[in-house]
Amino acid sequence: MDSDDEFMSAVSSDEDIALDDSDNEDLSGAEDFDFDDDEPPDLGILKDVGHKKKAAYEVKYTVYRPEDIQKQQDDLVNEVNMILDIRPEEAAILLRYFRWNKERLIEDYMDKPRQVLEAAGLTQKSGKPPRLEVIPGFVCDICCEDEEGLESYALKCGHRYCVNCYRHYLAQKIREEGEAARIQCPSDDCNLIIDSISLDLLVTSELTERYHTLLNRTYVEDKESLKWCPAPDCPNAVECGVKKKDLDRIVPTVACACGHRFCFGCILNDHQPAPCGLVKKWLKKCADDSETANWISANTKECPKCNSTIEKNGGCNHMTCRKCKHEFCWMCMGLWSEHGTSWYNCNRFEEKSGTEARDAQAKSRVSLERYLHYYNRYANHEQSARLDKDIYVKTEKKMVELQKKSGMSWIEVQYLNEASQALQTCRQTLKWTYAFAFYLARTNLTTIFEDNQKDLEMAVEALSEMFEKPVADLAESKLKVDIMDKTAYCTKRRLILLEDTAENLATGKWTFNTELSAPAVSSGSSSRQ
Amino acid sequence: MASIKRIQKELAECTTSSPAGISVTLPDDSDLHRWHVTLQGPSNTPYAGGAFGLVVSLPPDYPFKPPTVTFATRIYHPNVTNDSQGNICLGVLKHENWKPSTKLVGVLEAVRGLLAEPNPDDPLEARIADEYRQDRAGWEKTAKQYVARYAKGEITWPEKEEGKKA
Ligand SMILES: [Zn+2]
Ligand SMILES: [Zn+2]
Ligand SMILES: [Zn+2]
Ligand SMILES: [Zn+2]
Ligand SMILES: [Zn+2]
Repeated sequence: MDSDDEFMSAVSSDEDIALDDSDNEDLSGAEDFDFDDDEPPDLGILKDVGHKKKAAYEVKYTVYRPEDIQKQQDDLVNEVNMILDIRPEEAAILLRYFRWNKERLIEDYMDKPRQVLEAAGLTQKSGKPPRLEVIPGFVCDICCEDEEGLESYALKCGHRYCVNCYRHYLAQKIREEGEAARIQCPSDDCNLIIDSISLDLLVTSELTERYHTLLNRTYVEDKESLKWCPAPDCPNAVECGVKKKDLDRIVPTVACACGHRFCFGCILNDHQPAPCGLVKKWLKKCADDSETANWISANTKECPKCNSTIEKNGGCNHMTCRKCKHEFCWMCMGLWSEHGTSWYNCNRFEEKSGTEARDAQAKSRVSLERYLHYYNRYANHEQSARLDKDIYVKTEKKMVELQKKSGMSWIEVQYLNEASQALQTCRQTLKWTYAFAFYLARTNLTTIFEDNQKDLEMAVEALSEMFEKPVADLAESKLKVDIMDKTAYCTKRRLILLEDTAENLATGKWTFNTELSAPAVSSGSSSRQ
Repeated sequence: MASIKRIQKELAECTTSSPAGISVTLPDDSDLHRWHVTLQGPSNTPYAGGAFGLVVSLPPDYPFKPPTVTFATRIYHPNVTNDSQGNICLGVLKHENWKPSTKLVGVLEAVRGLLAEPNPDDPLEARIADEYRQDRAGWEKTAKQYVARYAKGEITWPEKEEGKKA
């Protein structure tokens, strides 16, 4: 069934991203709320935008809690139940069969009800309400028991089994195999699906909850516009209209109410500005070259001046050799003094001259060097983000002391938390700009991109450096203001970069030196198991 | 246990009115969960004249879980591993296809059917499947050689692996 096109709305250009407000417990159902007020919801990326027009890097999405998901299903079931005048449990089976495409179901059912019921595993003859029965002379075909008073059950197909076997069968399907919506009659030549009324009758109470959870899952997994938040133990789902075919033009980053930011297209952690196709290629390349990568991402380097070994212990790239006090850049090993000024070419790989490239061996070395250049920077930001986080955790403890000494309140020291968050987010973006740049063919647009990348990188390194200052220094109000300013600046630079890349991606202006999308897979499944 | 009655009934059916070319014995009368089955190679196939040993082990959860069936006799076939394991690729034995009402006699007939008609589209031995499709005569020749070498005379049954759950 390929039904999504007519039934799910395309990427919308609405002003505000509709987000579920995490404090409002009684919100439910997608159509119930619309954010018309000017106040942006207090979540992730939108915080500092202050936008009126939707930015090019933003997508419209909605976060649903388990109860919202349940209500949506119930509403659809009730609607179909009323329109088609069939039992709710049958409506539920039909909806699941039609992957929750209500319009298609109603249309097909009006047209040829018999075929629809049969195809969905429902025979048309609707008899008396289902119940357990004791039938004289009954022998269960599964366990071969025939004792008197043995309770048994049969679906409409008439295949009758004892209640113990039925329960055993269902328990195995639900508990071990994680099935719920498509469990068939136990008979080996019958594909009738067990409806929810029968299940409620047969499933023992300790399994009911699990079974309803599984039913909920199929609702989300059946719809292309819904995906589970991949954060561990997060029960929420996110709805977004971006489809597979859109992924060459947009990187749909969404933020769950739990705080996790991920790509709706591929479920990986946020990877803006790089489109999903490039991310997939990049990660594969990195895995294939993992030995080189391991060597590269090693935590130690030698000082370019005195050759003593220096270990990186913070996120900042500004290194000072303990022995000779030489200051250099961790990434390019160049003089740090040259980095602080406008002369900064650490982010751009200067292609080697043509003479060298003529030799085949040199050529492959150049291509390896080129890869390592970008990989180095990519891995560096990944590692730095971790180190920044470590520092924050350590700092947080010290801030408690600081609060006591300086008399600052908990609220007043939150600027450090915000700086830490901004560092993480910016490094996440920077990291992916290098994968993006690796696949980017040089055009007149790449200079702007590299400038944006450089500006963001410099801002991030500056903030990271402030962040590593001793706690005593942090107590000074001057540094606090500086950190707050730099935090805001980093965020601003990041959004400028994202806006530029997203806009050019949407309008197809980038030229990549590889195919953007992977060869089409026959039919995509978004199941999470 | 509920499954005992079922297994006894199935065993009785298989031993009293055994289907064509299939005979069942229990290596250990106290263990209903392990069957030794002898398949006669179907006529008009390279396997004709051979006797193939099959070990059927029923899981404790039988019939809610499928049995495992392996060849004890080496056989040259696209859907059986060409090794001492003798694993079989058969749809009905897969967990997702198994239904508790499926009977062993049907499974055994399906295995024998696989000898009469190999399924090269779902092979366990891709090389043998290719040969089956592209060089039928060559495949037949090797299959017959295997029969002559392994499937004549007494079947050597593997030792029961103690402590290993089916
Ligand atoms: Zn029974
Ligand atoms: Zn049935
Ligand atoms: Zn979440
Ligand atoms: Zn993605
Ligand atoms: Zn540098």
